Amino acid sequence: MKAFEKFTGLIAPMDRANVDTDQIIPKQFLKSIKRTGFGDNLFDAWRYLDEGLMNKSPNERRINHDFVLNQSQYQGASILLARTNFGCGSSREHAVWALQEYGFTCVIAPAFADIFYNNCFKNGLLPIALKENIVSSLFEEIAASADSYCLEVDLQEQRVTKPDGTALTFEIAPERKASLLSGLDEIGKTLLRQADIKAFEEQHTKAQPWLFTDHS
Amino acid sequence: MSSNRTLYDKIWDAHTVGGADGTDSLLYIDRHLLHEVTSPQAFEGLRLAGRVPWRLGSNIATPDHNVPTVGRRRGLEGIQDPISRLQVVTLDDNCRDLGIEQFDINDIRQGIVHVVGPEQGLTLPGMTIVCGDSHTSTHGAFGALAQGIGTSEVEHVLATQCLVQSKSKNMRIRLDGVLASGVYAKDLILSIIRKTGTAGGTGCTIEFCGSAIEALSMEARMTVCNMAIEAGARAGLIAVDETTLQFVRNRPYSPKGALWSLAEANWRELVSDENAFFDIDMTIDAARLEPQVSWGTSPELVLGVSEKIPAPHSFESSDKQELATHSLAYMGLEAGDAITDVALDRIFIGSCTNARIEDIRIAAEVIRGHRVASRIKQALVVPGSGLVKKQAEEEGLHKIFKAAGFEWRDPGCSMCLAMNDDRLEPGERCASTSNRNFEGRQGYLGRTHLMSPAMSAASAIRGKITDPRDYL
Ligand code: SF4
Repeated sequence: MKAFEKFTGLIAPMDRANVDTDQIIPKQFLKSIKRTGFGDNLFDAWRYLDEGLMNKSPNERRINHDFVLNQSQYQGASILLARTNFGCGSSREHAVWALQEYGFTCVIAPAFADIFYNNCFKNGLLPIALKENIVSSLFEEIAASADSYCLEVDLQEQRVTKPDGTALTFEIAPERKASLLSGLDEIGKTLLRQADIKAFEEQHTKAQPWLFTDHS
Repeated sequence: MSSNRTLYDKIWDAHTVGGADGTDSLLYIDRHLLHEVTSPQAFEGLRLAGRVPWRLGSNIATPDHNVPTVGRRRGLEGIQDPISRLQVVTLDDNCRDLGIEQFDINDIRQGIVHVVGPEQGLTLPGMTIVCGDSHTSTHGAFGALAQGIGTSEVEHVLATQCLVQSKSKNMRIRLDGVLASGVYAKDLILSIIRKTGTAGGTGCTIEFCGSAIEALSMEARMTVCNMAIEAGARAGLIAVDETTLQFVRNRPYSPKGALWSLAEANWRELVSDENAFFDIDMTIDAARLEPQVSWGTSPELVLGVSEKIPAPHSFESSDKQELATHSLAYMGLEAGDAITDVALDRIFIGSCTNARIEDIRIAAEVIRGHRVASRIKQALVVPGSGLVKKQAEEEGLHKIFKAAGFEWRDPGCSMCLAMNDDRLEPGERCASTSNRNFEGRQGYLGRTHLMSPAMSAASAIRGKITDPRDYL
């Protein structure tokens, strides 16, 4: 995982609540055994007017020009703005992979579904929860702005800065922040505590021996 | 330990690995269930890093999402789609290479992972259970802390037997009263999600309790916990009682003899203490419920069967109004119409929510002596596992379905998410016993109405959404 760095990026407003992971990446693309190749099918059913199939090139597809990500002013966006409960539904981590591959580094919404939120941190995608009214005003400001609307995202300072220089702060658990900033392999980190895990296992085996009559 | 802990607190405490320095906890995982869709990238990651599974015996795998529900005698060869086949073969290869036990496509024990675990006694009270699948919450019916995880976490659990996690809040939903005839666990959970919304349980573990829950069979409790995730909660829980112990006893992988006695004594403690603190409390009068059905593209858009489809302006927040507007358009419905006037194209009885033997018995009871309406293009029964199928056949239930015009299929996820060949065509409408009605879930532009097996069967008879009480 890459260490998360401060950046300034274009924001794309997707004015929908309860965006579920079935919409972020529809199930037909989950057949892949790879971790890549999902970007072209992000929001597939909204982005295209025809049915998406695996191995169908985006060049053969009918584009839905009304969909926000297909509008010219949002090309190259790296920040996605959405309404509440973003990422609900299925646990598919492919949703995060698809967002990243498309080019998003950060998603801003009033609230996120648990598993999705968690999956973001495993991959270096930053989910920022801002208050409902702040998100609403961002939507309004983007709609009203003539130029492209960019935000500076500074995880270290837990701060998002608007084009007019106003800063919005956000909350994030310290350990989650640390893992994004360092880009460290979480498994490696946990394995540093091997001795703790072994000690726990030993005690657990005594307390609940029926869990350890392994079938293999 | 204090004596005012919730059931969740107790399982959490019994599984946190000591010696922590930071604020994040390591939660030890007793059981890891695997299937073909969310595991390949995890196995690949493990291999690339030169790591091996921490405790092989905690893992168990079965393919379910991609397997066809016909022509299973041909095994892997029967999977028409080469990409689906590769995913199933990849699971076979990974399990064989690492020595992970698998109920493969040819094994009678194969089935939907959340049906198979409990059926085999691989799901036990007090366990921590994870699977790369959000409906892992199902196993909470056993008083086990069961949660869905992402693929990175699958790899993490394989490598370390632990999950890095912070503790969630405690939420309690109390359901009291005796369910009316024709009202089932599915109606309970749909009405709960209607009340909480799909984000109401975010950040929480929900414990379901009350006399209506106590009266439920294990199958029905699993239906309730299965959809805790649709209320936003990663895990649902139900306290251990005689019903739980009765179900778990004598399963192939459950403890026997002296170990059983030891386990049983421990499991009896798996209830919330009387003075336990819950961050959120909610009560529902179960006795007043009528059969429930979803009408929109979110599992919170639910109606009682006697109600009319609501107008968007009847919702309070602008978010919900927008959701309702989108839903009406996508679902092709008019506000003000009776839900029982909505005509259907397909019927799906299956999924980890409602494909256990009890579900199939209930649906068979409703359909017995009737025929599927002529406008229905396809009516499917997809048992949750090979053993559920066998049991149903021993009881002659397959004959009832076939006589009525249903197709009797082989086990798998099937039309719950349409990764195999079972799916809706654009615009088609389905009465489904599954758990998600998101846009396109059952097929591109398909329309899903979530309901109980009894209502699905009744709806098959009339060809439109139907109150099951008309046939009881
Ligand atoms: S039956 Fe449906 S919800 Fe259950 S595991 Fe399979 S796809 Fe997921």
